[in-house]
Amino acid sequence: MSQVTPEAFIMGLSALAAGLAMLAMAGVGLGIAFISAKTVESTARQPEAQGTLLKTMLIGIALTETAGIFALIISIILLFANPYA
Amino acid sequence: MELGPRIIFTIGDVNITETVIFSLIISLLIILFAYLATRKMEVIPHGFQAYGELIVGTIYKMVADTMGKQNLRFAPYIGTLFLFLAFGSTLGILDLRPVTADLNCTVPLAAVSFVMIHYSSIRAQTLKGYIKHLGSPYAFMLPLNIMSEMMFPITLACRIFGNILAGVIVMSLLFTALESFSESLGTHIPFLLLVLPLPLNFFFDMFEAGLQAFIFVMLTMVFTSNGINVSEDHE
Repeated sequence: MSQVTPEAFIMGLSALAAGLAMLAMAGVGLGIAFISAKTVESTARQPEAQGTLLKTMLIGIALTETAGIFALIISIILLFANPYA
Repeated sequence: MELGPRIIFTIGDVNITETVIFSLIISLLIILFAYLATRKMEVIPHGFQAYGELIVGTIYKMVADTMGKQNLRFAPYIGTLFLFLAFGSTLGILDLRPVTADLNCTVPLAAVSFVMIHYSSIRAQTLKGYIKHLGSPYAFMLPLNIMSEMMFPITLACRIFGNILAGVIVMSLLFTALESFSESLGTHIPFLLLVLPLPLNFFFDMFEAGLQAFIFVMLTMVFTSNGINVSEDHE
């Protein structure tokens, strides 16, 4: 039976944790989908407001994305700049 | 896999990385373009001057639409920021490392935006009104408001950094995979790299880069005009 070194064990669990951290993207995807759906609805109701709606939608998407970006940065740190290994 | 920017040379304890060199080159190119565009100004523009007027006109229109005509004095800063971020993020097309895929580049830019937002807010509503606004609606909300203000530059810097770095990682994974596929097909020439990565290149290096630069300046503009217009509501 092969021996698992402590460093390899930590790196393996870190990779698992990085994958789990990206579960946050599920919520971000749902949020962006809601924003886009509502924007499409509003544009269909009021086509002349399309420019303003697009701008507001982009800002809303950017703010929603923040949670996902933090999850991404955490998993990048776990994979490439691991503080424990 | 090596993720950080390469260190070109070292002065004392200071590492001069790719990021520093590329940002200097981009800044010099923008300055050179501005000099060429304004060297011989004519009434009917052509050549560099026409492109310069197109860019400046578009940026002034965007600032006027978002912040209002009375805040046009912010347009030069917004335009410079947008041009630098847009060119700095699209470096991936040339197979160089994008400048904005480094926190050392995005955090200072976000800090400059942060200082500008709060300086203009204090100037518009005086220090007393500024503190009063931080303590609204109730005085015990002051720490929470300060914390949410402090989060703004961090999220602003992390947003563009995370997006561009994700693009860099995906592109380098794709290049490695295509190279080893063409190795396994029995040739040492990575011919699969020829056309296949183009759609992803377009998405990550052009669309995403432009969108993130736009969002960066858009959030700066929105928060600046929010900070200024608060005082107008109270009067």
